[in-house]
Amino acid sequence: MASEGDRRPDLEVEPRRSRLLEGLRFEGEGARGVVIALASTVVFLTAVVVAVTQSPGWPEVHRVFFGWHDITSSFPEIARAFVLNVKVFLVCEVFILVFALLIAVLRSLPGPVFFPLRALAIIYADLARGVPTILVIALLGFGAPALQLSEVPTSRVFWAGVGLVLIYSGYVAEVYRAGIESVHPSQEAAARSLGLSRVQALRSVILPQAIRRVIPPLLNDFIGLQKDTALVGTLGVVEAFNQSQIDANATFTFGSYLAAAVLFVAITIPLARFTDWLIVRDRRRRQAAGVVG
Amino acid sequence: MRRAVVLAGLALALAPLAAGCGGTKKKAAPSTASSSCAASQLHLAKSSTLTIGTDNPAYPPWYGGSAGHSWKVSDPYSGKGYESAVAYALAKQLGFSRDQVVWKYVPFEIAKAPGKKPFDFDINQISYSPARAKVVDFSASYYDVAQGIVVNDGTPISKVTTIAGLKPYELGAQLGTTSYQLIKSTIKPSKQPSVFPTNAGAVQALKNKQIDGLVVDLPTAFYVTAAQVPGSKVLGQFPGEPGGEHFGLVFEKGNPLVTCVNKALATLRSNGTLKQLDHQWLAKATGAPILK
Repeated sequence: MASEGDRRPDLEVEPRRSRLLEGLRFEGEGARGVVIALASTVVFLTAVVVAVTQSPGWPEVHRVFFGWHDITSSFPEIARAFVLNVKVFLVCEVFILVFALLIAVLRSLPGPVFFPLRALAIIYADLARGVPTILVIALLGFGAPALQLSEVPTSRVFWAGVGLVLIYSGYVAEVYRAGIESVHPSQEAAARSLGLSRVQALRSVILPQAIRRVIPPLLNDFIGLQKDTALVGTLGVVEAFNQSQIDANATFTFGSYLAAAVLFVAITIPLARFTDWLIVRDRRRRQAAGVVG
Repeated sequence: MRRAVVLAGLALALAPLAAGCGGTKKKAAPSTASSSCAASQLHLAKSSTLTIGTDNPAYPPWYGGSAGHSWKVSDPYSGKGYESAVAYALAKQLGFSRDQVVWKYVPFEIAKAPGKKPFDFDINQISYSPARAKVVDFSASYYDVAQGIVVNDGTPISKVTTIAGLKPYELGAQLGTTSYQLIKSTIKPSKQPSVFPTNAGAVQALKNKQIDGLVVDLPTAFYVTAAQVPGSKVLGQFPGEPGGEHFGLVFEKGNPLVTCVNKALATLRSNGTLKQLDHQWLAKATGAPILK
C-alpha cells in the first residue's frame, strides 16, 4: 500500500483518511461533518424505504422482484454461468488494450503522408462508437458463420468477443489519444533532440506518460465492458443474464435478475473503487511533483 | 380553447347522466355477477373494446394472412391462424363484433411482468405453470401442446430416434419457452444448451449449424421446417408429461374477466369449435414420430 505520498509525509496537506473512503468527501472537516453526513444519509434512506414499502404495489413487487427463495435458488446456476462473462471480459480486455493503442497511434501520426491511415482511424472510431454493440454482436455472431466458409469459426462466444473488441477499441482508442495529446509537444522535441527516432520517442517517452495519465478512464471503460459481456447472451449463449432470464421466465418472477446484478456488482464496484484510488494517487503524485518541481 | 372549455362543461354535465345509466346496471350486477358475462358488463381495459395482446412478428401457424396492421410476417387482424381464429371466436362468444377487437403489440417481457396490463388478455403460446400462475392469471387451456425438435437433414443428429440419443448434441430453445426446461430436465444433454432471446436468432443458429437441434412446440417446429430453415426436418415429438402442457391466455392477476373467458372457452370446446380450428390451422402439426 506504500505510495508516493507515504514517502513524502511533509507534503501531506490534508489529514490522513481511510483509503477506502478517499472518494467520499465530507465537506466540513472532522467529527461534525461526519455526524451531519450520517444523519442526512439516515433521514434520506428512511424516507426512501418508507415511500417504497408503503406503496400499494409493494407486497407484490416484494414477492416478485425480491423473493428470497428466487434469489438464492437461482444464484448457483447464475454464478456458474457468470464464469463465462468473466472469461470473455478478461480475454477481450487484453485484445482491446493492444488494438486500441494501435488505432490511437495511427491517428496521432503526423504529416500529410499518413493522412489515409489517420482518416481510417477516425472513421473506425466513429463507426465503432456509433453502432449499438448489440447489433454488431448479432451481425457477427449470426452473420459471419452464415458465410459457411470452413476457415471462419462458428463459435458464438468467439464472435461476440470479436464484436466487443471492435466496439470497445473505438472508445479506448479515443482515451489513448487524449492521453497522447496531453503530453506536451516539447517532450517529443526533447526526445528527438537526444537522437531518438520518432518510434523510439513514442515508445519510451510519449506513451509511458500518456498511458499513466489515462489509466482511470481506461478502467472506466472496462467497467462498461464487464457489464456488456451480458450481450453475449443475445447469441443464445447461456451467460449470467441469460441464465437469470431463464429462471425469470420459468416462474415469472425476477429475483434471479437481482442475483445476476449482485454478481456483476461484485466485480464492477471493486474496479470502480480501484479506479478512484488510482485517480487520487495520481493527483497526489502530480501535486507532489508540482511542489517539488 | 373556448371550445375545449365548453366541451369539458358538457362532459361534466353529462357525467352524472352516464353514471346514472351505468349505476342501475351496476347495482344489479352483484346478484348476477357469477352468471352474467354480457359484453357490456365485462371488466375491460378499454370500454366496449376487447384488447388482445400478442408479440410481433406474429408467426404461422398461430397467425395467418400477410403482414399488416403494423404486424410482421402475419396479421392477427386476419382471423387466420390458430390463435387469431380462437381469439375472434372467443370475442364473438363474449358478444364482441369483429370491429371491437383491438390487437396490441405485447412483448413477452410485458406479458409476464406483474402489475397493470395494457390488454384484456394476451394470446402468445404461453404455457401454463403453477409458478407462473402466482404472478399472472391463466385461462383454461386453448391448446394442449407437445414439444418437438427440428434438425438439419443429413446431419448426424437427424438419424436419432430416442431421447437418450439426443444427449451428445448441442441443442437450443427460445428464451421464455418451456422447451428449454424440457431440454434440461428430460434430455439432460452433455453440452450446455443454448437459449435464444428471439425466434430469428434461434432459426439462424440452426441454419448456421451453430446448434444441432432446436426444441420448439410442435406446430412451430413444422413452421420452422416449412418456411424458415430449408433442408430441415421435424425429427420427432416428445411424449407428453403427466398432466400435459397447455397454452393459456394470460390476464392481469385478479382480473375478473378470466371467469367469463373460461366460460366462453368451455363453450367453444364443447361445441367443437376449438377442435375444428385446430384441424383447420394446425393439422399439419401432428405427424411427427414420438421419441422414446
